[in-house]
Parts: sequence; structure tokens; C-alpha cells
Amino acid sequence: MKSQALEQGTGGGEARPRARRVPRNGAGALVLQGVVLVVLALFAAFIIRNVVLNVARLNIHMGFAFLSRPAGFEIAQHLVDYSARSTYGAALEVATLNTLAISAASCALATILGFVIGLLRLSKNQLVSTVALAYVEVVRNVPLLLQLFFWYFAVLGTLPLPRQSLGLFGAIYLNRRGLYIPALQPEAGFAAAALALALGIAIWVGCVFLARRHPSDTGGASPLRWVGPASLVVLLVLARLLFGAPLAVDTPQLEGFNFHGGALIIPEFLAMLAGLSIFGAAFVAELVRGGVLAVPRGQTEAALALGLRGWPINTRIVLPQAMRIILPPLITQYISILKNSSLGAAIAYPELMLVSGTVLNQTGQPIDLMAVTMAIYLALCLGIAAIGNAINRRFHLAAP
Amino acid sequence: MQKFRILLAAAAALLVSWVAAQATTLDDVKARGNVICGIAVGAPGFVFPDNNGVYHGFDVDFCHAIGAAVLGDAKKVQTIPLEPRDVFPKLTTGAVDVLTHRLTWTYNRDNGGGIEFAATYFYDGQGFMVPKSLGVTRLADLKGANICVSQGTTTELNIADYFKSHQMPYQIVTFNGPDVAREAYNQGRCDAFSNDRSSLAANRLVLTHPDDHIVLPETISKEPIGPWVRQGDQQWSHIVRWTLFATMAAEELGITQANVDDLRKNPDASPEVKRILGVGDDLGQKMGLSADWAYNVIKQVGNYGEIFDRNIGPNTPIKLQRGQNALWKNGGLIYAPPFR
Repeated sequence: MKSQALEQGTGGGEARPRARRVPRNGAGALVLQGVVLVVLALFAAFIIRNVVLNVARLNIHMGFAFLSRPAGFEIAQHLVDYSARSTYGAALEVATLNTLAISAASCALATILGFVIGLLRLSKNQLVSTVALAYVEVVRNVPLLLQLFFWYFAVLGTLPLPRQSLGLFGAIYLNRRGLYIPALQPEAGFAAAALALALGIAIWVGCVFLARRHPSDTGGASPLRWVGPASLVVLLVLARLLFGAPLAVDTPQLEGFNFHGGALIIPEFLAMLAGLSIFGAAFVAELVRGGVLAVPRGQTEAALALGLRGWPINTRIVLPQAMRIILPPLITQYISILKNSSLGAAIAYPELMLVSGTVLNQTGQPIDLMAVTMAIYLALCLGIAAIGNAINRRFHLAAP
Repeated sequence: MQKFRILLAAAAALLVSWVAAQATTLDDVKARGNVICGIAVGAPGFVFPDNNGVYHGFDVDFCHAIGAAVLGDAKKVQTIPLEPRDVFPKLTTGAVDVLTHRLTWTYNRDNGGGIEFAATYFYDGQGFMVPKSLGVTRLADLKGANICVSQGTTTELNIADYFKSHQMPYQIVTFNGPDVAREAYNQGRCDAFSNDRSSLAANRLVLTHPDDHIVLPETISKEPIGPWVRQGDQQWSHIVRWTLFATMAAEELGITQANVDDLRKNPDASPEVKRILGVGDDLGQKMGLSADWAYNVIKQVGNYGEIFDRNIGPNTPIKLQRGQNALWKNGGLIYAPPFR
């Protein structure tokens, strides 16, 4: 039997294509796709019917009316006004803002730290690159939740009580309750100062564009480059002189149990920031290293041949080209950091998972609530991806 | 063609299960051979694991009681620890048959859909625990304090109500489970830890320095605690409810683990005792259980007083007094309807 098949396969120059078992085009394929679609639709219908029947049997309420009922619970950190009398919808808003806040801060810090560590990994100095390697390997391979617990409990435990806070300049205090910083209150001159700031920045940006378009005849930098910063400073000083101080500083004072006045950054936020940034930085470092290594060596050699030395080779030649490779995975890392922020529920940071869990327990409507939560996370992640793609397009190689 | 056939077979199986009938919880439990209870993750005296990972405690004993009533064997139960956030979805989706957890009976939960309260087996109230070094003796001194709580429980809501009505500012720190909240309080993250008073007494024992903490005298809420079952299954809800009442009635009538056999054989026992133990009358058949359902409960687990004393009574480290949980004859709230 075997030899017959071999003979058939190798015999003759004309190869008759065997009829495929699964048709790829034509009527047969359409029928097959139709059947698969019907099966999938039946499966989806089965699931939906199951859910509808069970909801009716258990008498669970559906619907989004709960979003306008009063929440009844406080939230530890709220960037907008919120109290126990606010609605469940407001609670979810506050939680979303908290998620965005920690994600944005962690992404920024992780990027900076990641770039530094990534470049250190490529250093010629053996000690430096080994330390960076150890950092990346240890941080990447320990689960994030464990690291968050470490930052929260191990570090928190060593901070002092309010009565013995660590103070800086008499205005910033760090203790077990959090980080107290001076708060800025808008005063009379706030509107004028804001206007002056906006005008000054607009003039500066305009000067930058003009300076690029019309380089001075000598080929050096345009003298316009001083006009921007100068106008900003002049406008701000004018606003201050004419309209008075824009901001009053409210420093924290120790009274009774805790500090009063000032702004409080809760220790949960600090622990999340430390945990997420350090974890994210390890991944960003590897991305940066990969991107830099992917730039052809010829570029560095050409830069050396042109007489460039040291750091400008990195900043002017290598990194801009590496960015094209680094950027897409970097956007993915940002999305990953946003999703990792949901672990904040384990250390009492009031982000979306924690608050929606509380609302779920109080209202007893898991399906509606999970739908809302999933939609919010999806919208946030898609938003980051969209911005990332837009920036990505700017880095694309121009068509030849 | 092979893949095709598999696909068709799967579709057919789905269509067949489409018309499968709904089974009651009692049928499921009997077919499975055990009762699955959702319990708290940890609360000394009420729910705690021993060195082999087997759970014991007040709540767990009532889980055993349901197993004894339904299947005749108190050991035929499976306990699943659940965080407060997960309890109701796990119940409504059928992952557990009953929640013998630390969950309060409230209007919103009862009418929230999907779940039903069986009966109260523990009357409690919410209190606060503070370190002695704070120098606080009354709740009113906690103005502006940081308070550690667990999410999704009545604790958060009661604090919000109480502190608002007394115009006291405070800072809430919400954790996703009571054990994490207690650990953070232990580390000094907050000035106070709030939970039901019985949990406070139990949790105080597992702090690093239990004697450095006190529980404030004020109770700010009513917390009737008992098992929860799925809505829509009346028979199962009655089984759980009357199992509880059987233990309470047993204590009232003086039936204990030690004398239940003698009382069953004694022809001069009171008529109600005889009815409960299944002598001369079969009350169990109305709930789909055997005639000796209550006898099994008392013989294998004990009456209410025995369960209380064994787990959280004055001779245990928790040292709780009966207080509101004494029999109605002794001034408490434990009151079982007549078995007639």
C-alpha cells in the first residue's frame, strides 16, 4: 500500500490537485460558513436564554436605575466632590477617575524609569549593566500582587505615626496616614495668571514654529528662540503686579489625630504608584533595550565617522530610530498598566474594581454592574490604543 | 468531514440540553451527596481552619446541621470560603447551596433579587476597636479618625449613617476583605477597626498584641445574622429555616447531644419532643426529608446552646456571653416557632 501511494505521488509530471476535504471557495464554502454561523448563533441564543430564565426565576432586578440611587458609602480618595449622599453613578465616576489617576502617574514614572534602566542595561560598565539586569529579572518574575502587598504592608509598617511624621521644609509630611502636601487655593489673581500663562505658552509655541520655518541666514539657531520664554515671563509678572497673587498656599498642620489643611495623598496611592511603576519599568526597560539593539550598527558607526561622540549619538541618532520599534509595545505596556491598576482592590486603593465590587454587593445586580465596569475598562484601553496609534503614524517611515 | 461531525454532534447536544428540566436544590444535593456551604474566609470562633485545613466554628456547625438534616450525615458537607464581594453571585449562580456566612439580614438584600434570608441564628451589632494608646474611651472621641473596614458590607453604610448624623468627620479605608482590613489596622494604618462586635472580639485575639486593644462600648446598629438561600426554591429555604429552629427548640425543650437517644426511646417524653425526634409522627416528609431529620441534627451537631458554647461560649478563648442570643425564656431573642 505504501509503495503504491509513493508511486502515485512521485509518478508523472502532471500533478492532479486532490479535491480538498474542506472547500475554500465557491458554493460549498458558503454553505459551510453558513452552518458555522448558525451553530454559533444557536450557542449564543442558548447562553442568553439561560441567563434570562435564571434571572426571572431568581427574581433578580435588571436595569440601570440603580445608578441614580444614593450610594451610602464614602470613598477614601475622590478627585471630584463626592459624599455618601451621592449616587452610585457618581461613585463609579470617582472610581474611574482614580483608576485614570494612578494609571497616568504610573505610566509616566514607569516610562522614565524604564528608559533609564533600559539604557543602563546597554552600558559598557559591567557592574551597572548587571545591577540593571538583576532589577529587570527580579521585578518581572515576581507576581504584581505580591509586590503591591510588599509595598503596602512592608513599607507602610515602617512609616511613623502622625505625631512623629517625617517632615520636609515644614510643609510636606510623610507618615502612616499618607503624604501631606501644601494645597493651592485659587485667589483673586488666578484668572489673570491663567490667561497670562496660556498667552505666554501660545507665543512660545508660535515662535518655535516660526524659528523652524525660517532659519537665520548664518545657519545657526534663530534669535526668535528667546522671544518665547521672555514673553511668558513678562506676561506672568505683569499679571502678578496688576491683579495680585494667583494662589494661596495651605500648609498642613498637626491637630489631634491627624493633620488639617493641605492636601493628602493616601498611602494606598503611594504603594500602588511604587508597585505599578517599578513593575512596569522592568518591562519598559526590556522594550527600550530591544529597540536600541534593533537600530543597525551602521548608524552608530556613521555617527562616529561624522565626529559625534558620546551621548548625542544616542539622543540624536539612535533613540529617534529606536522609537519606531519601541512605541507599539510601549502602548501595549500602558494598557497593561491600566488593567493592572485593578489589583488596587487588594490594598484598599479605591479604584474601579473595588468600588464596583461594593456597589455589586449593595445592589445585588451583578450582570448590569459588570457590564458597566467592563465597558469603562474597554473604553479607557481603546482610548489609550487610539492615541498610541495616532502617535505611531507620525513615526512611520515615509513611502519611498 | 470528521471535524464537521463533531460540530454537528455538539450542536445537537446543546439543543437537547435546551429542553432539560429545572431541578430543585434538594434534588441536586441528594444527587451530589453533599451540601455546599459558602463560609467566611476567617473569623475566630465562627469560621476557622484547623491544622489539616478542615473548617470548624459556629457558622460551620450550622452547615453540618443542614447536612445532617438533609443527608443524615453531618460530615457530608463541603465548605467554600468566600469574600463578602463574591457571596451573592456564588449563591445565585448555584456554586453554593447555602451561605452560612457573616451576612446581615437587610431590606435591600432581601428585596435585591435572587436571594432569601432563612432565619436569624446570631443577633449582633456593629462596634469599634481601637488601640489603648489612643486614649479613646467613647465613640464620640473618634472625630476625624481613620477607620479600616471591609467592602460591600453593612459596616461601611452604618458608619456613614452614624458619623453623618452625629456630624463627625472621618476618613474611610476600604479593603476587599475583613482579614486584610484587620491586618492593616494591626500595622497602624488606621485609628479604629469596625465590624460586628462578635467579630471584633474574635479578631482581637489574632492581633500582634491583643491586650493593647479595646472594643468601645457603643453598638451602632442591629445585625441579625443567618443563612441565605436562593430565591424561588421554597422547599430548600424551609429546610434551612426549620433546621435552625430545630436546634433552638431542642435547647428550649432540654434535648442535648447526650440525652437525645434516651429521649427518643422514652415513652413518657413530652409530645413536642416526640414530634421533633420523629417518634409517632413524621414531620420530615412535608419538606422531603426523612422522619429522623431533627434527631440527626441534634445527635451529630447538638442543640443551639451546645453549638454556641462549643465555639464562642464563655469557656472558649472568644468568651462571648449569650446576651441577646440567649433563649427567649432567659431574656434573649432566640425563639423557635412550635413544632406542631
